[in-house]
Amino acid sequence: MNNTIIEIKSLRKDYHVGEVTVHALRGVDLKIHEGEFVAIMGASGSGKSTMLNILGCLDKPTSGDYLLDGINVNTMNNDALARFRNKKLGFVFQAYNLLARTTALENVELPLFYNPQIRSRERKEAALRALEAVGLTDRMHHMPNQLSGGQQQRVAIARSLVNDPVLILADEPTGNLDTRTSFEIMELFQDLNDKGRTIVYVTHENDIAKFAKRNVTFRDGKIQRESIVSDRLNAREILKTLPVEAIEEFVL
Amino acid sequence: MIRNKLRAFLTMLGIIIGVASVIAMLAIGEGSKQKIRGQISSMGTNMVMVMPNMQRRGGVSLGSSSSMVLKYTDVLALRNEATDLSAVSPEVMASGQVIYSNQNTQTTIYGVSEEYMGIKKLEILSGRFFSANEIKDMSKVCILGQTVVTNLFGAGADPVGLSIRIKNLPFQIIGVLKDKGESGMGQDQDDLILAPYTTVQRRLAAIDYINGIFASAVSEEKSPKAIAEVEETLRRTHKLKESAENDFRVMSQTELLKTVTSITDVMTYLLGAIAGISLLVGGIGIMNIMFVSVTERTREIGLRMSIGGRGKDIMKQFLAESIILSILGGILGVLFGYLLARLAGSLMTSHAIVKTQSVVLAFIVCFIIGVFFGWYPARKAANLNPIDALRYE
Repeated sequence: MNNTIIEIKSLRKDYHVGEVTVHALRGVDLKIHEGEFVAIMGASGSGKSTMLNILGCLDKPTSGDYLLDGINVNTMNNDALARFRNKKLGFVFQAYNLLARTTALENVELPLFYNPQIRSRERKEAALRALEAVGLTDRMHHMPNQLSGGQQQRVAIARSLVNDPVLILADEPTGNLDTRTSFEIMELFQDLNDKGRTIVYVTHENDIAKFAKRNVTFRDGKIQRESIVSDRLNAREILKTLPVEAIEEFVL
Repeated sequence: MIRNKLRAFLTMLGIIIGVASVIAMLAIGEGSKQKIRGQISSMGTNMVMVMPNMQRRGGVSLGSSSSMVLKYTDVLALRNEATDLSAVSPEVMASGQVIYSNQNTQTTIYGVSEEYMGIKKLEILSGRFFSANEIKDMSKVCILGQTVVTNLFGAGADPVGLSIRIKNLPFQIIGVLKDKGESGMGQDQDDLILAPYTTVQRRLAAIDYINGIFASAVSEEKSPKAIAEVEETLRRTHKLKESAENDFRVMSQTELLKTVTSITDVMTYLLGAIAGISLLVGGIGIMNIMFVSVTERTREIGLRMSIGGRGKDIMKQFLAESIILSILGGILGVLFGYLLARLAGSLMTSHAIVKTQSVVLAFIVCFIIGVFFGWYPARKAANLNPIDALRYE
């Protein structure tokens, strides 16, 4: 029986900018189940970023309900939300947002520092496992400025996995990457999803959206279209057809 | 912060300099105080001095040196009656030229009794003190201080047995004093000649009174009582009526010590406070850099919040950083201040003494500075909105 990871009912979000009220979300209903792979799309101002913020528990709805893993976020204050995010969510950002002058391993460990239940040895082991899952154990002592864009994003993905969240949220994860590296990252996401991870990502690129299993398109604060992806792309297959680069990695 | 070592060091510089200067100032002050106390003590903290008071006759001040109120009988009375005094000696002064062959020097001759040596903590280096008979006979014998020895015979000489002329009278040298150096007030304690008080009275000064009485109290604690006893006895021997003022002045070394100590203490703390202003500047420096740090790390703060950092976690993180900076600056400042104090000490011929108290105080102050000046930036960080912070360029 698949759990409902995300349940959104009649969600509204308003912003007050000076004297003007912006209705960013005007009544959204959405359900996402365990193991799904959803791409959220939409033009600027469609409300998709606001939706992502609310999904990420970084913002609270003006009205309506958001239940994450069965728990309504309206019941929680800021501190409780922070703990909730730590336990249930993993974030991947367009600009990676890794800590500079910090090793890959330490970057991956970061969410565990805010988890009061984990001790330092378990921390290191969990971080190692996460790095293994993204295939970067040989780079664990490198600093971000010693890693390529794709490798940095992998570290960020490992970080998002380290607390074993119910949901991975990614905001334009391939936005700063070249075509080939974008496919490599989508290949990683597809692998993780095949192993059971629920993944939701926002993108404005139509082809990147085709790697998901379901697409949700926002417009003017509402869901305009929801569809199962019929012409789904397989990243691994595509990579095999691309010309092989002579030098893939940065030489240090 | 630890990741950016250069910036951390520059931030700490204000604290380092502040702490170093406070530690050095306090140490120099403490060293001076100890030195002066030591010098005063070496003159005898139990010492009690009696001087004639300034005489006024008909509204005209005659000055104290010409006063004739103190007599040897006062000394005898004190010896008999003042139980809190352990020794009493008269002091008669005459100054004049002292000649040996073709050398001469100007110095003061003190007419004293045997007790003077113990009261003023003087020691014979070679030779002996005058005998009771020599005092009775007003013998022309004398004991030289080292400065006089150097001036007449050359440094380190032993002129015992030789004869010199004091104010044209021949005196035989029967002893030489150990050197004592400078007094706390800057006087050369070796520039003197001792002779029997009877001799100085009759043969050198032609007076029948004495210029001063030196005594030592039984103990430092008994000094106030001793002074009271001296007053009582002398008022009686001087036949002063109840309404009359003392025609003498009694002073104790202890009081002098207390006065000097409190003066140097005030000066020391004043210097320390001024140096402390630079600590304030150091704290402002930390606050400044913490603000810059918070702004620069806005995205990092947004990230930390998104992955589970609560406001208080962020607050703790930045407060800890400012406290670490402050304490580390304090440690370096104490080390640097210690070196400064030693350097100053060697230049000023007095040891600078760093008290453990100062070091502990420095650390406490640094901690407080870290908290106080780190608080506002830390709060600013904790109050950031994660969504805005993540978008910050």
